[in-house]
Order: sequence, then C-alpha cells, then structure tokens
Amino acid sequence: MQARAWLEAHVPKTPLPSGDTREGFTRHLDWERALFDARWAVVAWPSAYGGRDATLMQWLIFEEEYWRAGAPQRVTQNGVFLLAPTIFSFGTQEQKARLLKPIAAAECLWAQGWSEPEAGSDLAALRSYATRVDGGFRLYGQKTWTTRGAFCDKIFGPFRTDPKAPAHAGLTYFLVPLHAEGVSVRGTARLDGDEGFADVFLDGVFVPDQDVLGGVGNGWKVAMSTTSSERALSLRAPGRFMATAERLRALCMQSPRGDDPVLQDRVVRALLDAEAYRYHTFSIATRMQAGVELGPEASLSKLFWSEMDVAMHETALALLGDEAALENQWTKQYQFALAGPIYAGTNEIQRNVVAERVLGLPRK
Amino acid sequence: MHFALTPEQELARSALRELLTEHCSATHLRKVFEAERPARVPGLWAKLHELGVIGALAPEAVGGLGLNAIDLTVLLEETGRAAVPEPVVETAFVAVPLLAALPANAHAAQLLESVLGGQLSTSVALSDSTLVPAAELAELILCERSGELHALRGSSHAEANARAPGGPPGNASAARDPSGSAARDPSSSAARDASSGDARDASSGRARDATSGGAARLAPLESVDRARPLYRLGLEASETTCLARGEAARPLLAAARDHAALGTAAQLIGLGTRMLELTIAHVKTRKQFGQPVGAFQAVKHQLVDARLALEFAAPLVYRAAHSLAYADPARSLHVSMAKAYASEAALLTARKALQLHGAIGYSYEYELHMYMKRAWALAAAYGDAREHRKRIADVLLTAQGESHA
Repeated sequence: MQARAWLEAHVPKTPLPSGDTREGFTRHLDWERALFDARWAVVAWPSAYGGRDATLMQWLIFEEEYWRAGAPQRVTQNGVFLLAPTIFSFGTQEQKARLLKPIAAAECLWAQGWSEPEAGSDLAALRSYATRVDGGFRLYGQKTWTTRGAFCDKIFGPFRTDPKAPAHAGLTYFLVPLHAEGVSVRGTARLDGDEGFADVFLDGVFVPDQDVLGGVGNGWKVAMSTTSSERALSLRAPGRFMATAERLRALCMQSPRGDDPVLQDRVVRALLDAEAYRYHTFSIATRMQAGVELGPEASLSKLFWSEMDVAMHETALALLGDEAALENQWTKQYQFALAGPIYAGTNEIQRNVVAERVLGLPRK
Repeated sequence: MHFALTPEQELARSALRELLTEHCSATHLRKVFEAERPARVPGLWAKLHELGVIGALAPEAVGGLGLNAIDLTVLLEETGRAAVPEPVVETAFVAVPLLAALPANAHAAQLLESVLGGQLSTSVALSDSTLVPAAELAELILCERSGELHALRGSSHAEANARAPGGPPGNASAARDPSGSAARDPSSSAARDASSGDARDASSGRARDATSGGAARLAPLESVDRARPLYRLGLEASETTCLARGEAARPLLAAARDHAALGTAAQLIGLGTRMLELTIAHVKTRKQFGQPVGAFQAVKHQLVDARLALEFAAPLVYRAAHSLAYADPARSLHVSMAKAYASEAALLTARKALQLHGAIGYSYEYELHMYMKRAWALAAAYGDAREHRKRIADVLLTAQGESHA
C-alpha cells in the first residue's frame, strides 16, 4: 500500500504525450527516473540493482496498483522486461554488474533488434550476421520494426555467426550500440502516425566480446528465453487489462448507449476476460514461484491477452458511437491493441506453438 | 497467495479419477443411454458415497468429511470429466450444505442423516424452475418456490419411472435399492405402491412429500441427454413440505443457487477437458492426404481455441470456489463469472470436438455425443451464460448495483 500512496502522489495528473514520439519519449524518461529514484522501477529485482526483492506475486500486485493509478506506459519496457530477465538468466557477473542498473535507471535505453525484412514470424530466417575480428565482432545487415529504435541507445538481438550451421544453430545474441560508427537508424511511422518504429542499418559496427550474451552460438536458446518473458508475464501483467476493463465499465456507465443490453453484454464479457486473465496469471505465478519453468504455455497467455485487449477496445468504440471516429484515448489505444496479435510472435505462430508443444499435435 | 491445488486435493482427485475410469467409463454411460427407462450405473452411487464425495461438505460431527467448497470443486470437475449420470452436484454440493445449515430443524437434520447414510440422493429445482434433473433417481427433491424452500420425496411413485414420450414405454416399476443400483424388482415397495393404483393421471406421477403432507407432481420429459433425464415438477406446496421461508430462507436459497451453478461449472470444465482429450487423440491417429489430420493448421488452431477457453475458465471456477469456501461477500458475482465462462468454454469445445472428429463424431455409436449432450444440458442448467452475464451486468453496470459490489 506504500506503492499506492507514492503513485497517488506522483503520477502525472494529465497524461503524458505518447512515448512513441520524440517529445513524449523525453517526458516519459523524466517519469522513469522518478520511478527509479523512489525504487519503484524494478520492484522484483534484487535491491543491489535498484529493486525491492519483491516476489512474483508482489510484483503482480504492484502492477495492478501501477495501472490503476493511471501511471504512464513504460518506455523502458524492452530493457526492463525483455533484456533484463535474459541477462539475469544468461549474463556473466560482469554483465550483470555493468548493464542492469542503467536499464532500471533509464540511463541506457534499449530496443529489441529482432525482426528483419525477410525474418518476422520465421525468426530463424534472419540474415544479419557477425564476423569475427580482434576482440569482438563486426555486424552487418538490417533490423526493422524496431520499437522506439530512433530514441534508444542500444539494441539486443540474434545475429548469424556461423553461416554454414542449420538455421537455428549458428546464431549469437549481441548487445549492439546504436550511436556508433557503422550504424544508421531511420525512424518510421506506425499505424497511428507516431514515429514509434525504426529501421536499423548495420554496416560493420564493432561489438566487443563482452557484449555477447549467453555465449557464441547460443543465440536461439537465449532468444527463446526472451520470448517466454515477452509472451507471458513480464510484458503483460494483468493490472494493465484490469485497468482497461475498469475504464470500459466507467465508459459504459457514462455513455448514452450504456443501457443497451447488447453492449452491456460485451462489456461484461470484457470484465470476465480481465478477471480470467488475472486469476490464470496468479496460478502461473504460483507455479513459477514453486520453481516450475514457464515453457510453451506462455503462448496461451499471449494469445489470450492480445485478443482480449482488441475485444475490449472494440467494445469501447461501440459505446462511443460516432465519436469513435475521433482521435482520443480509446482510438489511440485501440490502434496500439491491434499490434498485440502481431508482435511478440504473431498469434498464428502462437497457435502452432500451443498445438504442437502443449497439445502434442504432430508437426507436418 | 497460493493459486494451486494442495497435495491432498491432488490425491483425492486421482483417487476419484481412478474410480470413475473403472466404474463410469463410456461403456457404462452407453448402457444408461440405451436403457429403456432412466437407469443408474450399478453401484456407482455407493462408491461415490464411500469415497466421501457425497458427504464432503457436511461437518464431521454429523458424519461428513468437513471439507470445503474448493476440495469438492476439484472432485466435481472429475465427475464432469466422466459425465457421471447421477445427481452429484445436487446432492453433495447443494442438498448437503443446505440441510446442514438447518441444524435446528429436526426434519432437515433427519433428511441430512439419510443423505449422509447413502440412502437419499437428491435433486433440486431452483430459481422457480420447474425442470428437475434425475428426479426419479433421486429420493428427495429440494425446491425453491416463491422464496420458500420445500422438501419432497422424489422417487416413491410409479409413472415418473417410465421413459418420457418417445422413449420405449416401461412398466412402471423402478425403485432404487440403498446400494445405488437400479432395481427392477416388481415386488419392491415402490412398485407395489405404484400398482396399487391411486388416483394419478397417466402422464405424471404424484410423489409424496417427505412428511406425507404436501404433494409434488412429476411428469417425465424427453431429454436430449438421456443420462440426465429431466422432469416437469408441479408443486402443491404446503406447510408440511416447507423447510424454510422468508428471511430464514433467503440466504439458504442464494447459497443453493450459487452451489448449483458453481458445481455445474466445475463439471463443465471436466467435460470440456474430456472432449478435448478425445479430439486430440482422434486427430493424431486419423490420417487423410497421407498425414494425421492433426498436422493441419486449420485443425490445430481450432483445438487451441478450445484449450484457451478451458484454460482461462478454470481459474474463474476455482476463484469462485474459494469465495464460497470463505464466504466472500461477492461470491454470487464470482459464481456467475465462473458459470458464464465455463458454459461457453464447454459449448465451444463441444462444437470444435464434433467438427474435428468428422463423421465419426456424428455417429451415435461413438462416445463423443454423450459428453457433448451433457455439456449442452449443464451449460443451460442453473442459469446459462447469458443469464449469468445479465446478473453481472445488474451488479457492475448499474449505479444501484455498484453500491452492492
């Protein structure tokens, strides 16, 4: 409840501009740093790295408080929730000591360098590569759809280090500077018009050995660890959807169309989905706290939250009637929600993963 | 916070699964389906009783196990998985706690004793519904009428024992022996009673109430799920059938409705799981175009949708069970969430299971239809998904309801 009090006192009274614009991103960094200074940026991390040693369950509760308070989106998300768990799993002591705290403090800003023009769902088809040089590697190729890439300092992702190995072998996970010789970054606009995407062109940028994560040739394994985090818990705590469901409920009660039984039924479905996701996540967290590793089941969570998020926003637009044609918080968030079934592995791929690895159905 | 089953619950679950695998297989179910008159699986009721399922919620002091709603929900999910053709939810989850909540009522205490002794299985009609499941198999019927709780004898009459119109006509003579197997002995007292020819019309039976005061009329109906035969209950309520009324009855009836809906939701999760397992096994072995049909994405993705629905319904069911066990003030709301979600999940799974089985699933010989029909019946029972979502809307989406939430 300490968190609730702090959030109530510090969450900006008017929403910040979109973190996917250059101006909004800077404003969000101020928020991130305030969060870090009060030790709320990474509650589940060890205190040595700026956290509070919170259990998974405590972190879930914190997230509920965070979103209920209407606190801003986390522009440090890729570093905090995707890269950091991977560093905790695969990083050397030296890497942990050097990399983690600046992630939490929003001093070093990270983007995810995975997708390429010819490698989206089929990540193993990636073509960017690294060649051995003295003391490290030189990287070549192109990464695309890199979220907030134009505003960040570094990217993380797999590159091909052994061109002769099969697709999933011969990959290595690198931590790559963006403000260095041999890299150019070009921001591009997303569906909603914000410059939230970037193309990253690599032309011989140097990466020292100390910025290889998880060992040369282990890139696929390291990447899969990141995807489990991305698909389930770390990226999408239920608190976010509980907050959306609550705003939807409020919208329904204020809306002139809110007594329409058909719309009410859709709103109730949304509330139920959010509750189901919450308790499902609690049961996953219980298992994880007991030491069970989250495997392909993470894909079930990703399918659920991404499709729930779209449905909740569609219901909101239905309640708005002709106002749904205007730029507002709901229409903005709707456009963001639509990305959910696409990023972090498209839902078509996730359904294949669940079918084959959870239900045990045959591959081709 | 702990959101997982305890080792004891897991143990009880596997003990029951083992029992039902042996004693309530698809073969057993098929016999019930194909019987000329409503029938039971011989000996199954007694076995459920011995395992403690029936008396699970009763206090130990009166011979129960003193377990809570979560413990029993685990077991009910298993009974759903096996499509147990017995009024387990109605007896163990509704009647037992209901009767146990009336300790000062001598009649209720006596009925509870009989239920816990394995002599009475019970069916219920709640929310003023006139449909009663398995009314003939049950010796006791508890029903809600205009805010009152009534108790009636269920099976000591004849005509209700006949299959409904359309089913093969029976010679009105089924009663049940205390061990739970169907007795067709025409010399049994029930049969003698039936043949003694009281003034009863041909299409309905007249059941004496538990204290021989009031009367209930039961008309057999033709049910889609032949292993869960429904009866139309006509009640002439009386002073002597009444167990509780007014303010005393209100919380009891609310609890009964919650328990009936949640127990049914748990069974729906079990049924969905069974149908999904059957379908996965089928698509892995059935080959077309030189490969198992389960290798086609069009098949895979539909199965994933069914799994998703069940996967996310189960936590709502156990959350509601927790709310019942610990008397959470919002428990009725949580039960509605569970029943709404579980009903839709089971119906979706049934639909996918049938489609993905292809023609074999559409045949009466194959077992899928028995589980599917139970899912249909239970999804509609004790409030369907729409009804429960309406209740949720009334609480959460109205200014009036909000103050209660």
